[in-house]
Amino acid sequence: MPVTSANEADKARRFREAALPYLDDVYTLARYLLRDASDAEDAVQECYLRALKHFDGYRGPAMKPWLFAILRNVCRAEFARRAAAPTTAIDDAPETAEQTPLWREAPETPEAQILKERDAATIRRLVEALAEPFKETFVLREINNLSYREIADAVGAPVGTVMSRLARARAMLRSAWLAEQE
Amino acid sequence: MDCDEAEILLHALIDGELDAGHAREVEAHIADCARCTAAVSTYRQMSEAIAGADLRYTAPPSLRRRIEASLPLPQSQTLAPNRRSVLKGFAMGSAVSALAATGLVAIVVRNDDEQRIMSEVVSAHLRSLQAGHLTDVISTDQHTVKPWFNGKLDVSPPVIDLTAQGFTLIGGRLDYLDARAIGAVVYRRRQHIINLFVAQTPNIERRAAKTETIQGFNIRRWSDRGSNFWAGRSAI
Repeated sequence: MPVTSANEADKARRFREAALPYLDDVYTLARYLLRDASDAEDAVQECYLRALKHFDGYRGPAMKPWLFAILRNVCRAEFARRAAAPTTAIDDAPETAEQTPLWREAPETPEAQILKERDAATIRRLVEALAEPFKETFVLREINNLSYREIADAVGAPVGTVMSRLARARAMLRSAWLAEQE
Repeated sequence: MDCDEAEILLHALIDGELDAGHAREVEAHIADCARCTAAVSTYRQMSEAIAGADLRYTAPPSLRRRIEASLPLPQSQTLAPNRRSVLKGFAMGSAVSALAATGLVAIVVRNDDEQRIMSEVVSAHLRSLQAGHLTDVISTDQHTVKPWFNGKLDVSPPVIDLTAQGFTLIGGRLDYLDARAIGAVVYRRRQHIINLFVAQTPNIERRAAKTETIQGFNIRRWSDRGSNFWAGRSAI
């Protein structure tokens, strides 16, 4: 038994060193995906518990995309829980309302449109309002600074899909940004 | 290349994810297409604005603590430095022994704060060498010294028997370092007095022992399992 516990302690130590430095990254993604601080905390904690459990079998990809992939699974469960919760109807209404303008593409003009400076809070709100799966691709690229390959690993989709989602996400954000300043 | 293709690939161009061949093709298309030129310009502005604004979140300390606490480390290792932590520093004592002839050991300094703490270690060590200041509790028995610290400090320093390594336990003392009460465990090795100071640190990163000589003293410093260790030694 002492041998096992020594191994466990060693595993925990290696896990700490490998995974804890990305806590802020994982938390950031959770905040954007779940749009709720306390749900995000729970999801991140669950993510780290699961990651530790599977750490023995971990052979790659890089640690950050691996943690993100686990977090996505945790969030999926959370979305399912929210959908099943009786309060869903109330919760969903404002979200849908917020997202509506995003789908109304601004009319394209050949001239470069000047995007007005926005403070961080406004940009966050615009990003959070993006629809999935475009939002997560966008956050992974622009805020978590993952390469296309790493995003593909994290979301389990081909790089080509990542590229088209990112293009779509940016087009949506640009429209929302321009709509905002009208 | 047409606009439909370019519309997707121009993002990869902005992100530096295109190989040289594709990049040339996309650039050639953009040069001939006002609509795509405008799009690239807008997206670049957007990316710059996003990079300039801090959109990241910082995990709350309470979350970090909860996750730390859920990692299966035996209590003795999370809450208090253990025997191995101490030995780790002393074990590299062969290097210390070699230095011992020169006098004292001083720690590696990484920043001003550490520099200040380091000179406090030297001062504390010097103070301890004045008559009657070395020990508050005198015993060569770790089971006497260890309980003496209980209740006097948030975390008792590890008191371990290092006789086999050539260090004789003399006793323990309360001291002050960085404006905090700190436990000092006192050992003797041949004619040298060694003060081992142990302080808790929020940083659980492990740092290997490093030795430096300051003001004629040798100080060794290492970190393990949330504790900082400083060992000071001089010839007396």
